[in-house]
Amino acid sequence: MTSNSHDQDPGENEVTGQPGTFLTRPFAGLGRKVISWVDHMGAATIFFGKACIMIFRPKQIPAIIQQIYYIGAKSITIIMLVGFFTGMVLGLQSYHALVKFGAQGALGTLVALSLVRELGPVLTAIMITARAGSAMTAEIGIQRISEQIDALDTMRIDPLKFLISPRIAAAIISFPLLTALFDLIGILGGFLSGVVLLGVNAGTYFHRVQSSVEMQDVTDGFIKALVFAVIVTTVCCYQGYFTHMRTDSYGAKGVSLSTTSAVVLSCVLILVADYAVTSFLI
Amino acid sequence: METPLIEFKNVTKRFGSRTILDQVNLKIYEGQISTIIGKSGTGKSVLLKHIIGLLAPDEGSVMFRENPIGSLKKSEWDAYRVQVSYMFQNNALFDSMTVYDNVALPLQQTTNLSKTEIERRVMARIEQTELTEVAYKYPSELSGGMQKRVALSRALVTDPTIVLFDEPTTGQDPIRKNAILAMIAEYQRKLGFTAILISHEIPDVFFISNRILALYNGKIVFQGTPEELDEFEHPFKDEVIQSLEGFQEELTGLYSQRHFKVRYQTDLSRKRRDETYAIALFTLEELEAISNVLGHTSAQEIIRALGAYIDKHFGAVGGFSTRHSINEFVTVLPYSDLDEAGRILEDFAKDFQDRGIRDIESVAQKESDSTECINFTILAGLAQGKPFVEMESIIEFAKFRQEEIARFQCELRR
Repeated sequence: MTSNSHDQDPGENEVTGQPGTFLTRPFAGLGRKVISWVDHMGAATIFFGKACIMIFRPKQIPAIIQQIYYIGAKSITIIMLVGFFTGMVLGLQSYHALVKFGAQGALGTLVALSLVRELGPVLTAIMITARAGSAMTAEIGIQRISEQIDALDTMRIDPLKFLISPRIAAAIISFPLLTALFDLIGILGGFLSGVVLLGVNAGTYFHRVQSSVEMQDVTDGFIKALVFAVIVTTVCCYQGYFTHMRTDSYGAKGVSLSTTSAVVLSCVLILVADYAVTSFLI
Repeated sequence: METPLIEFKNVTKRFGSRTILDQVNLKIYEGQISTIIGKSGTGKSVLLKHIIGLLAPDEGSVMFRENPIGSLKKSEWDAYRVQVSYMFQNNALFDSMTVYDNVALPLQQTTNLSKTEIERRVMARIEQTELTEVAYKYPSELSGGMQKRVALSRALVTDPTIVLFDEPTTGQDPIRKNAILAMIAEYQRKLGFTAILISHEIPDVFFISNRILALYNGKIVFQGTPEELDEFEHPFKDEVIQSLEGFQEELTGLYSQRHFKVRYQTDLSRKRRDETYAIALFTLEELEAISNVLGHTSAQEIIRALGAYIDKHFGAVGGFSTRHSINEFVTVLPYSDLDEAGRILEDFAKDFQDRGIRDIESVAQKESDSTECINFTILAGLAQGKPFVEMESIIEFAKFRQEEIARFQCELRR
């Protein structure tokens, strides 16, 4: 019986007690992790690239509209809820900080800029990851383990075109729109806590919002939303699509681990990308 | 020598250190039903997935009309893939889509047919597979048998020329198993596609198969007709065939063919050379028409009822029976000469006309709500056997002498 060299444990051939083994083993492990990470990054990039090309194939419009409904329309309630309370708590905290300097009139500026530039895109992306991203991974993962994706292959339907492209297109459309909604509702939340509850002048609040937020701020927020849309859908779809390749678990357990990995990795990458994009745009 | 449609040449496939297919050589011929049999976990599905390109061989090549599919140009590969359809072992239906959408999916995604034309084709397949009432239900709302039929409809909706069936009868009761096999055989006849089946349903699957391929320890150890398999001497036969083939045939409760032959040989060995016995061959005519009108399930119920009736009547006089083909039964009357057997058959025919057909009719009506007319005929023929004459030639003679013993024409019986 022939053995496949790729399946051998790399540590198997190491001679125990060989000088230097004890010291080099952690580096070897780290190296393997890095290679694996780079490997996945490359695969995910190709995965995303291929799926993007497929967006422009025929018969995609109905599927994209359906995904906009799942990713976008069905996230509206949770985005409004989170946006509203984020704005409220921002108004509350900022008021008590600003009042120490007698600058409570700048509440509108602080709430609006914080939301439009930073909190809006980040929190929207994280909320969509939790609601729609996890569902994407689980759904595609189940389709993988129940051979539905193989069935697509046998029917000559490209799984990337059928399953992944509509989700990426829908996310690219939905993320900026939901971010705009989050910003708007957040500003209203800041109004409720700052103006209605804490007594800041309403005219001052809205004047500051209007005068401080420039088009560039809105554009930067949308750029971030687009970057996050790509990250979230690529990570979540990739994790689900290749759930059968996991070496740590199989079947339903594999799908659950893929879903967890997708959510954690998406959230981490959102924050990393947020810093990178911000430093690039400032 | 006929050119094979699909041929495996020294195909080897490994998963890690495990060799699943080891230098496999096989041939599939056009327009036939070829069945791959073997123990569970021996790589039958792996073999099938090589044909459709879901897996590629580590060594060797899979040929389509003498061209290796691994080196086909994209246009040739696409042309090949259009012809192949696959029915998965676990159906692989999209659980978020209705039955209609599942069946329509390949047409919607891979053709430019109009919505009306797609609907016409899909509904035709849905009707053929008796799924009209559940067309807008989800797979989770259906029984296992219905889900199988949805998968079958989906596999056939594109009018493929090669259809791969991965254990299409798994998890079905004997009636449904035989109904699915009969359905495959019927569509294969009507549409003329090449069917490649994986099945454990021995001997039922032999009735519909032109060729049997036996996979054993990663190799194809037998390729030939079901009759040739009888003569095949190999450990495979003891380990696989005999373990899968029960004492009784599942559908009818009659002896399995192998046990029928054992009983036949045993009874024969006790006879002197000048002693005779009789063999009767019964044929249920118009089985396909029954399937078309009442559905495959009802057709199998009728076969089951007929088998039970034959067993009850002839078993009482020491006879024993088996299912000889999809619509034929053979009964051996070891203690009767031709005259006595003739009288027994006359009694049977009279009893069957008086009561048997009514019983079968009620069975059929119970299973089907069709209001259409069905007509069927039962033929029977007798032949005299002698210990030194081959059973098959006696059966052939009985077939030659067959005549109508009962007919059902809607409500009119004669």
